[in-house]
Amino acid sequence: METLLEVNHLVTEFRTAEGNVQAVRDVSFSIAKGETLCIVGESGCGKSITSLSVIGLLPSNGKIASGEVKYEGKPIHDLPYEELRKMRGTKISMIFQEPMTALNPVLTVGYQLREPLILHHKISKNEATKQGIELLKQVGIPYPEKRMNQYPHELSGGMRQRVMIAIALACHPGLLIADEPTTALDVTIQAQILDLINDLKEKLNMGVMMITHDMGVVAEVADRVMVMYAGKKVEEGSVQEIFDHPKHPYTIGLLNSVPNIDDPDFELEPIPGSLPSLQENIQGCRFHPRCKFAMDKCRELTPPEFKTDEGHVVSCWLHEEVEEVKHGHLVAQI
Amino acid sequence: MVTLSPKSNQKILLELKGVKKYFPIKGGILKRVQGHVKAVEDVSLHLFEGESLGVVGESGCGKSTLGRAILGLEELTEGKIHFRDEEIQDLKRKEKLKFVKEMQMIFQDPYASLNPRQRIGHALEEVFTMHTNMSAKEKRASVVDLLHEVGLKEEHFDRYPHEFSGGQRQRIGIARAIALNPSFVICDEAVSALDVSVQAQVLKLLKTLQEKYQLSYLFISHDLGVVRYFCDRVLVMYLGNTVELGTVKGLFANPLHPYTQALLSAIPRPSVHTNTKRIRLQGDLPNPANPPSGCPFHTRCPIAQEVCKVDKPAWQEVEPAHFAACHFAGTKI
Repeated sequence: METLLEVNHLVTEFRTAEGNVQAVRDVSFSIAKGETLCIVGESGCGKSITSLSVIGLLPSNGKIASGEVKYEGKPIHDLPYEELRKMRGTKISMIFQEPMTALNPVLTVGYQLREPLILHHKISKNEATKQGIELLKQVGIPYPEKRMNQYPHELSGGMRQRVMIAIALACHPGLLIADEPTTALDVTIQAQILDLINDLKEKLNMGVMMITHDMGVVAEVADRVMVMYAGKKVEEGSVQEIFDHPKHPYTIGLLNSVPNIDDPDFELEPIPGSLPSLQENIQGCRFHPRCKFAMDKCRELTPPEFKTDEGHVVSCWLHEEVEEVKHGHLVAQI
Repeated sequence: MVTLSPKSNQKILLELKGVKKYFPIKGGILKRVQGHVKAVEDVSLHLFEGESLGVVGESGCGKSTLGRAILGLEELTEGKIHFRDEEIQDLKRKEKLKFVKEMQMIFQDPYASLNPRQRIGHALEEVFTMHTNMSAKEKRASVVDLLHEVGLKEEHFDRYPHEFSGGQRQRIGIARAIALNPSFVICDEAVSALDVSVQAQVLKLLKTLQEKYQLSYLFISHDLGVVRYFCDRVLVMYLGNTVELGTVKGLFANPLHPYTQALLSAIPRPSVHTNTKRIRLQGDLPNPANPPSGCPFHTRCPIAQEVCKVDKPAWQEVEPAHFAACHFAGTKI
């Protein structure tokens, strides 16, 4: 598959009263065309900041301190403002958690839908209106002509999220970033929206980067999964691998914290403690204070990435031996 | 004999009879009442001692209003509420005070209910100031006990709300609710705002407290996974109406109402090996100010017939201890 987005050793920093704080620490990943990557983790683990770094929408006190972001092989992390602006919408689009705060309440749906079309494609208002109606049809909104003249408050939550998706897809971007797109919606509506995103992804051969904390959503939409903890990537692999053979104790903990609806005898196993703050300096593995398998080594040294299987990487000392065994095997062969 | 509860021969703690809550819609120059939002429509149920009853449904289905109505935070339009065989819906403020000690509520966002400029310890002491005659020393000791009870430490006494994480704040909300040894606690989306790992911790805490103090919970949630784990019985609501009530086991294994079936199938499963057929409901929740005629669910129901548009289905016991309101209860879609 063709690589669409490549992020290498991304470090994002924030200037705060307590000095510079690293919200994303050396994260690398890639997304191919037509692939969905889910980023999971607790709130405050840096998953939203990773996505904002990719699209260049960091708040004014944040910046990419090092590392690179490449879209179709071209670096985009250091583009000047105007060029980045041209890229947003046409190459990379984003939809947000709360559609009511992302839509402008005093402008009609039609106006907000025409805006990216007129700006990027330089077409007339009439033409944009026509295309806008087509887009609303595409995301499954009934009576699109009527909706064009309505304001966001006249629509239900699910409808608003559909409008957001229509706006994001107006200029056929290659990559769609969805930041908790269904968290604010009811389950029956959530199922509709997830179906829609999946359908559109296949139809338009987009890459999708989905940020979520709901393991159910992950199992439903993801091709690959990246688990983040306290600003670091702790595990990455295909969705089957992550659910069937989770390697990192944090991933296992996350999976055991979700009540299983099909199994009446399921017992919850919470992860003790809570996420450390970003300023906190933790020696060694950042998860060790909450990890029940923590060894002396975990308290001293940061674990590197170990490759356990094809496409499955994990940052945990527990998997070092596995690696050595394999490596030794390889050496013997040579 | 038909047992209504999973744990038989239990005493009924709370009973609702035909509870209705309508909110008037006022409009025009004279602010005349133009219509009603029917938030809760004719709900009858019992809650047993030591039981957890889950209330599930989409947003706007009236589950929170039901909880608030039971506590007396909303005046009923119609109906009766019995608590330990006493009618409580029309009591005067003073008479109500003794029931307030017995019935407590845990809210979704504890940060919104804490005074940001008041130390946590002092906020919790207020409960005892209101309801007991303890001395300052006794109050402090009681609060420290409470903090230990919910997994916090004595050092947290002098901290302000902003110094706590979401999970810890919810623990404070729980501490306040259990301070006066209530027998009945309403949890209104008590774990919805928390991360999964913290959510699991708080659920465990609620369960431990239930066993220790024989608490009864009315557990309002939109998360069916949490309800299945936590509750003994489940009530499903749709547009202010009760559509199905059953034991967790019975309802999840054999949902009778098409809405319950759709709701259960819509939940994304945290596993890659499920191939349950999804029932996709079309459209949105209808406007509760102008509910559909007949069965409230007929506009979105995949098996709706002519009769559903005209007649409202009766609330009936389809299986032992398993109630549903549907003309075609038990039909699989």
